[in-house]
Amino acid sequence: MQSRNFGLWLVAALVYAFLYIPLVIVVVYSFNDSKLNTEWVGFTLFWYEALFNNKEMLIAARNSLIIAVSASICATVLGTMAGLAIHRYKLKVLPILVFTPIAMPEILLGVSLLLFFLQVLNLTLGMVSIIIAHTTFCIGFVTIIVWARLQGMNWSVFEAARDLGASPWQSFRLVTLPLIMPAVVAGALMSFILSIDDFVITFFTKGVGEPILPIQIYTMIKVSITPEVNAISTLLMLLTLVMIIIATMLDSGVLRGEAKQ
Amino acid sequence: MALLEIRDVTRRFGDFTAVNNVNITIEKGEFFTLLGPSGCGKTTLLRMIAGFDLPDSGQILLDGINIVNMPPEKRPIHTVFQSYALFPHMTVAGNIAFPLKMSGKMPDEIRSRVRESLDNVHLSSFANRFPHELSGGQKQRVAFARGLVNRPRLLLLDEPLGALDAKLREEMQIELINLQQEVGVTFVFVTHAQNEALALSHRIAVMNQGNIEQIDEPSKIYGFPRNRFVANFIGKINMMDVQVLEATYSHLKLIVAGLGEVTAPGKEGVKAGDKGIMAIRPEQVQILHHAEEAEVKGHFPGKVHDYLYVGNVTTYIVELANGIRIEALLPNSTAGRAKFFEVGDSVVVTWQHDASTFLND
Ligand SMILES: Nc1ncnc2c1ncn2[C@@H]1O[C@H](COP(=O)(O)OP(=O)(O)OP(=O)(O)O)[C@@H](O)[C@H]1O
Ligand SMILES: [Mg+2]
Repeated sequence: MQSRNFGLWLVAALVYAFLYIPLVIVVVYSFNDSKLNTEWVGFTLFWYEALFNNKEMLIAARNSLIIAVSASICATVLGTMAGLAIHRYKLKVLPILVFTPIAMPEILLGVSLLLFFLQVLNLTLGMVSIIIAHTTFCIGFVTIIVWARLQGMNWSVFEAARDLGASPWQSFRLVTLPLIMPAVVAGALMSFILSIDDFVITFFTKGVGEPILPIQIYTMIKVSITPEVNAISTLLMLLTLVMIIIATMLDSGVLRGEAKQ
Repeated sequence: MALLEIRDVTRRFGDFTAVNNVNITIEKGEFFTLLGPSGCGKTTLLRMIAGFDLPDSGQILLDGINIVNMPPEKRPIHTVFQSYALFPHMTVAGNIAFPLKMSGKMPDEIRSRVRESLDNVHLSSFANRFPHELSGGQKQRVAFARGLVNRPRLLLLDEPLGALDAKLREEMQIELINLQQEVGVTFVFVTHAQNEALALSHRIAVMNQGNIEQIDEPSKIYGFPRNRFVANFIGKINMMDVQVLEATYSHLKLIVAGLGEVTAPGKEGVKAGDKGIMAIRPEQVQILHHAEEAEVKGHFPGKVHDYLYVGNVTTYIVELANGIRIEALLPNSTAGRAKFFEVGDSVVVTWQHDASTFLND
């Protein structure tokens, strides 16, 4: 009994070590006062300084943020609407249409979007095409999260709102939206995280113009793996971590906050 | 003019007819109950009145105006859902204030009306609690308060007491009657519990498979069921196959196979030669030791087959000469007495002829 328990703990520890040690190394070496990622020399903020003086990297980061924010807003609005529609009208086809992009290999999605933009829409590739592409693959995640939350809820609550005199819009604003808010916010954060680090689809739909963060990082390490890459990765990790913390806090917090209205 | 008139309303789901050509007229101030077994179409009918569902044909008139195409929020009709359907993200006070806000009442009025409403349902100290912090009975009371606070013309209640335990259910029944009398709002109440319907209602509509079987006061429904379904569904009843020998305005002479002649009150449309059922409630059946005791005409010898003691009453099952078993309910009103007859006793069974009913097949 004791030893089996110990075995389980050991496996768990190894799994977590496997997951987190590379991340820790990246963070640690981003503060390393050496150009090489081989041994610890001393503490420095030099690589962060270099990063903030790297014009192209800053533009790439700005672009990525704009894309991630725009795409997650679009995906959240559309995905929430899809989730509500699937639940409300018990649609059979819409779930398949919405969820397919989630299961589709990214490379396929990238290629098909590229062809679609160029040959059907005649669009010049750039920020707009990337935002559309990211919205496309994020919608499904938002829809699933919102739909799951709706399924856990008693439908008569929404009918009660109408019954007690709320117009469809009032009923959505005062009852439906507050109740699905945790799912909506979780969906938005999820979209943001998916969008900001997406490489494959971005690669296909970006065109030649603007630098985008994940692709910029890739180009940097093609030349040489400098601690500057560690620094930008650490910052990206920090951003993601903050998002996740917000998401977990919201799940219970939003409800209580809304209730005070 | 009637407050609510349901005219020839039919609702089909595919081939299945959930509500079949229903006609009901409800007066202002009434406590009206829809009673019927599960799946008979009560909720479907209620949803059409509330505006969540459209009839395939027929009209629903409120104060003489057809409201079939009016959206639910425009109808001065509120619903108490079986699952309560309280808004989980609003406090008790927030829930009760909701319909007032929707109708554009001033904040001052909302505050005083909410306070008054909380008082009515004895929940004043719970104003700032959330629904998940309430017991089932308390949630139920909030749902009542929320449905009534904006004084709808009609309050629909879909099995509101279904989720409560027996004791709480009885308490809430009394509270519900008081509440309805206080506010004077017309209630349409749905239940499949016949004792609840009998206890609460001014009138009851008994439904079966989408049809209305009978609409009457509780005592009429119980005492004079119109057909076999109603007789069987409401309370317990003895039934015997009979043939009509003679029919006059005041009484019917019936012949029970192997037993002899019995008399029942006259009934419209019944003629000699008709076949049907004679129904008599167990508490109307008397058991005597000897035939001489019978003050009424028509008594039948039998043997006590079995009995069931449940405290306040004992049900005796007597087997008559023709093998028919008849149940008789005797109150145990004498101190210490639980049994008047033993199994195997030879007895005589009798009843007042106007307590029985003839039901056509
Ligand atoms: N949306 C629907 N689609 C198909 N059939 C339905 C629908 N709603 C109800 N029905 C059917 O109509 C019949 C009546 O349903 P309804 O909910 O009105 O019954 P009820 O009398 O309220 O029963 P209960 O006492 O169990 O609540 C049932 O057989 C049900 O299966
Ligand atoms: Mg029902």
